[in-house]
Amino acid sequence: MGVFFALVRRELGIAFNALTGYVVVSFSLLLAGGGLMDLMVRLNSDRTDAPITEMFFSEGLIFWLILILMTPVITMRSFAAEKALGTYESLMTAPVGDWQVVLAKFTGAFLFFLLSWLPMFGVLLGLRQVSGQAEFLDPLALSGSLLGIAFVGGTYLSAGLFASSLTRSQIIAAMTSLLIGIGVWASSLRPDTGASSERWGRILDHISVTHHMVDFARGMIDGRAVVFHLSVTIFFLFLTHRVVEMRRWK
Amino acid sequence: MLDTSPMIEVRDLTKHYPGRIAVDGISFRVGRGEIVGFLGPNGAGKSTTMRILSSFMPATSGTVKIAGYDVFHEPDEVRRRIGYMPENNPLHLDMRVRDYLKFRARLKGLGFGASRNRVDCVIDQCGLRDVSKRIIGQLSKGYKQRVGLADALVHEPDLIILDEPTIGLDPHQIRAVRALIKDLGKNHTVLLSTHILSEVEMTCSRVLILNQGQILADDRVEDLENRFSQDSRVVAEIAATVESVRDTLRDLPEIESFDISAAAGDYLRVSVSARGGIDLRPLIWELARQQGWALRELTRTRQSLEDIFIHLTRRQKGQGR
Repeated sequence: MGVFFALVRRELGIAFNALTGYVVVSFSLLLAGGGLMDLMVRLNSDRTDAPITEMFFSEGLIFWLILILMTPVITMRSFAAEKALGTYESLMTAPVGDWQVVLAKFTGAFLFFLLSWLPMFGVLLGLRQVSGQAEFLDPLALSGSLLGIAFVGGTYLSAGLFASSLTRSQIIAAMTSLLIGIGVWASSLRPDTGASSERWGRILDHISVTHHMVDFARGMIDGRAVVFHLSVTIFFLFLTHRVVEMRRWK
Repeated sequence: MLDTSPMIEVRDLTKHYPGRIAVDGISFRVGRGEIVGFLGPNGAGKSTTMRILSSFMPATSGTVKIAGYDVFHEPDEVRRRIGYMPENNPLHLDMRVRDYLKFRARLKGLGFGASRNRVDCVIDQCGLRDVSKRIIGQLSKGYKQRVGLADALVHEPDLIILDEPTIGLDPHQIRAVRALIKDLGKNHTVLLSTHILSEVEMTCSRVLILNQGQILADDRVEDLENRFSQDSRVVAEIAATVESVRDTLRDLPEIESFDISAAAGDYLRVSVSARGGIDLRPLIWELARQQGWALRELTRTRQSLEDIFIHLTRRQKGQGR
């Protein structure tokens, strides 16, 4: 366990030693500001019964923009930079297991990801303060949103980690995970043409990340969505492990 | 029982990369406490062999045992026992020296307290006390190299594998690093690779010469020099006439060939090759005494490791043709 924690600490350390971490946090803060303005405009124009979290996290594009852009930046360096620097060799000749490395890198990225969402919640809490209405922010919806961010984020981060394990170039890693990220998001945007059969429509709804996020933001924790995101995350981590293992024994 | 086993035992090790053979069926053993130099030109297969020894990559065929443990089947046991400094000494440049060493110590399985003690120990051993709080990326190359060495040492490994430890350093730094390596040899087994011949002569007790994936020589440095000194020459500076020297040397059966040239003053510079590898110095001395020649220099020119290396690699090329 000591080895695992040392690795996680190192991963978090990289984020805050280097400028990248601060850039990512500032970037998400900037976009959160944009999201806030967007929210204000919408709150002023229409009356709505929808929870504020739903408006913030699923209706607006800001959430997806942040998610899709931020996760590749967090994960791109995980394996690719270590390979390019050569530190991968010293890491893999220390008595550490492949799973330990993969899980520690994931955990580090995940913790940093969660940290960088704090400004967002700050914005929402600030809004409640300003509005002076306690019911403005439903605790259930808020925790649902946080869980949603964690599950969807886990999926995106594991895909990014996998992309990073495939190459020694951070740019290629970032582009690959960006493509996967956009692909997953875009596949959720099903135009209601009515041409596709009802059955296919239901299947697509089940795997639609935007649908999942709407539910989470309303405070509805759907077991199917949880299972879906957990399985995809585990699947990508498994693939990453295979890549790490393959490099070692090729 | 394990303590009597050799530190490194390599048998028929082969590594193929797509389209080329990097290591071609090499076998060798390294005993405990030896400092062994792995010598070869760039691309000879040194780094590949070291990566296999440190269980970073697998071999195509053959077996490697470190302290009795198989690198393929017991990689964790092997990794615990080796300190490996890869080529170009990769370090986390954004970390501070002490933090980095602590991180590495923890990775290598040392507990919290143990890692702090060991880090203090290697910081002193490698002369890093003054820079222990500085960021690695801002250190000079010599200090970075010492950080790499400290990293290799931090978990007190039995075997230290150093891939080109002095590459890119200035002469002062090279000296310091070499002294450090020699010092390490007192308590550890050391395998280091280099393409600098003098480095092996200065630091190692034994040398393995590797070229094109094959071992060309495996011997103690002195033995290798002696073995290849068979066609050694003796150079003498003698004050005598050319004729008298020529006539005297011509009649001696021990002498294969000689060459006389003028030297400064009234002296002649005589270079003599022996037949059958004998040392001609006593004979020349005796001759000078008998003939009443004044003698001001008498040296046996032994082949340096560099000559041996060139000779061996050229011979291999010749055979290859």
